[in-house]
Amino acid sequence: MKTVNVSICTGTTCYLMGGAHLLTFDEMLDPCTADHVSICGSHCLGLCNDESNGKPPFVKVNDQVISDATLNKVLDKVREEIEEDAHVS
Amino acid sequence: MFHDNKANRLRKEVLVRVARAFYNEQADDALNRIPLAMRPKSTKDSSRCCIYKDRVVLKYRSMAALGFSVESETDELKSVSAYFEEALQREQPVDPVLTVIDEACSACVTTCYTATDACKGCLARSCEAVCPKDAIEFRSGKAWLNPTTCMNCGLCMKACPYHAIIRIPIPCEEACPVGAITKDPETGREIIDHTKCTYCGKCLRECPFAAISDLSQMVDVLKQLEGSKAVAMIAPSIIGQLPGTLPQLKSALKAVGFSDVVEVAEGAEETTRHESAEWVEKMEEGERFMTTSCCPAYIETVEKHLPEIGKFVSDTPTPMAYTASKVRKTDPDATTVFIGPCIAKRVEATRNPDVDYVLTFEELGAILVGAGVDVFECEEQVTPDVSREGRGFAASSGVTNAVKALAPEEAELKPVLVDGLDAKTIRQMKMWATKSCPGNFVEVMSCEGGCIAGPGTLGNPRIAKKQLNALLDESPAIQASRF
Repeated sequence: MKTVNVSICTGTTCYLMGGAHLLTFDEMLDPCTADHVSICGSHCLGLCNDESNGKPPFVKVNDQVISDATLNKVLDKVREEIEEDAHVS
Repeated sequence: MFHDNKANRLRKEVLVRVARAFYNEQADDALNRIPLAMRPKSTKDSSRCCIYKDRVVLKYRSMAALGFSVESETDELKSVSAYFEEALQREQPVDPVLTVIDEACSACVTTCYTATDACKGCLARSCEAVCPKDAIEFRSGKAWLNPTTCMNCGLCMKACPYHAIIRIPIPCEEACPVGAITKDPETGREIIDHTKCTYCGKCLRECPFAAISDLSQMVDVLKQLEGSKAVAMIAPSIIGQLPGTLPQLKSALKAVGFSDVVEVAEGAEETTRHESAEWVEKMEEGERFMTTSCCPAYIETVEKHLPEIGKFVSDTPTPMAYTASKVRKTDPDATTVFIGPCIAKRVEATRNPDVDYVLTFEELGAILVGAGVDVFECEEQVTPDVSREGRGFAASSGVTNAVKALAPEEAELKPVLVDGLDAKTIRQMKMWATKSCPGNFVEVMSCEGGCIAGPGTLGNPRIAKKQLNALLDESPAIQASRF
């Protein structure tokens, strides 16, 4: 099973707008899921410069961008990715 | 206590947009467009009647972000940019008050108990049996609480086995430890009684409609950064409030225009030295106990609601006061800007001529975003080390640990911690003043968890605590005297 990569943007804008709280995301995962998820704080992803990307904070789950991210939004996306992966393999 | 929610993000977005506009060549246009940009026609959801009301409220929020109270409005047509121009002309910061944006206040129903659909109209009808006022009637087989006779005792709620009776609170009134925010009986909207308000900021955080706002001094500081010399005095609780390391943050502050950055933790060392000496002295004089004096919301509480505890409060100046006085002495021409997690600090600053402006961490974040400074990209600026005791003031128990470190070993310091002021702890302290106190050194923090959980913070208090502890581990121990 592939690892799901979660990058939480910690550029100043994202951090201010709620990214600081998203850094507790690891606490949301049960141990089984946690094995398949790699979480990292990322330098500014550059998404906040263009309003068409949506609102900060931004999180990237694999290649997909989540705007106005919340812990639950990120968790849903991670589960989706894991399920999709399970489906393919 | 989870403060990352939509209301909170909205408040910060307004600050960011105002700061961005300041750096924008077409500031006026950017400012006047804030309500439209934040609530474009494509907006689907609104927590109010329509997006047009949302936009009006956003205009008022922008006013507060520019330091104007909504009550000061005389002409509804006056644009956000006109307020901005006026703010730039202002020589003095505005009086630090919390203001209720009355258009944003949803006029919550008066706190009451009500029966919900979960009522099964059971045979027992314990609710009816316990009600001392016969306020419960059964309509179409379900309980109904008569609001004219119900006296909000809550017995029915406890008696119902189906949890069908609920209490509907008013969140801001619930959060206020001193009953300073109440309903205007005519409009149903909340008003703040400034003779009672301690500026703790709890109502501001708890209002689900973000209707309570403090008056920002952000634009005043931005103006200072453009020409004159301004020194940033950063509170110990800055740890975990912004990305990057403390040395990176210091250079980020220089990048936005501060001429120098001083850690208020240095002033906290001075406070520690004086406070421990004062405590020893007071104990020798036979006082029963002494309380700390560094939390400004606590000092307001003492003045307005706890006069009996007044004589037990330490006379030692606060870390901010020591820091500002030192900066003023070294550089009398520089503007001093305290940056912290606190709204009550603005009140303390108006009484201290050494402090010119006060910013919250949220406002600092907005300034960094507006100026396009990414803290992670900044160089680490080497700065003098400050002791772990001084830096430890940021969290609850920090002051106690610091004073303990300098108190003579034979002195028996028995600490008591008031971690968060609420109606209950205030009552308790009243008892300590008149009867007996369980210890002889009382540390009082208005915010539960200490300054790292203050109303002007943007970080997660748990992460901040972790980062603070890591920093404390690598900071040296406090020296009994400076030289």
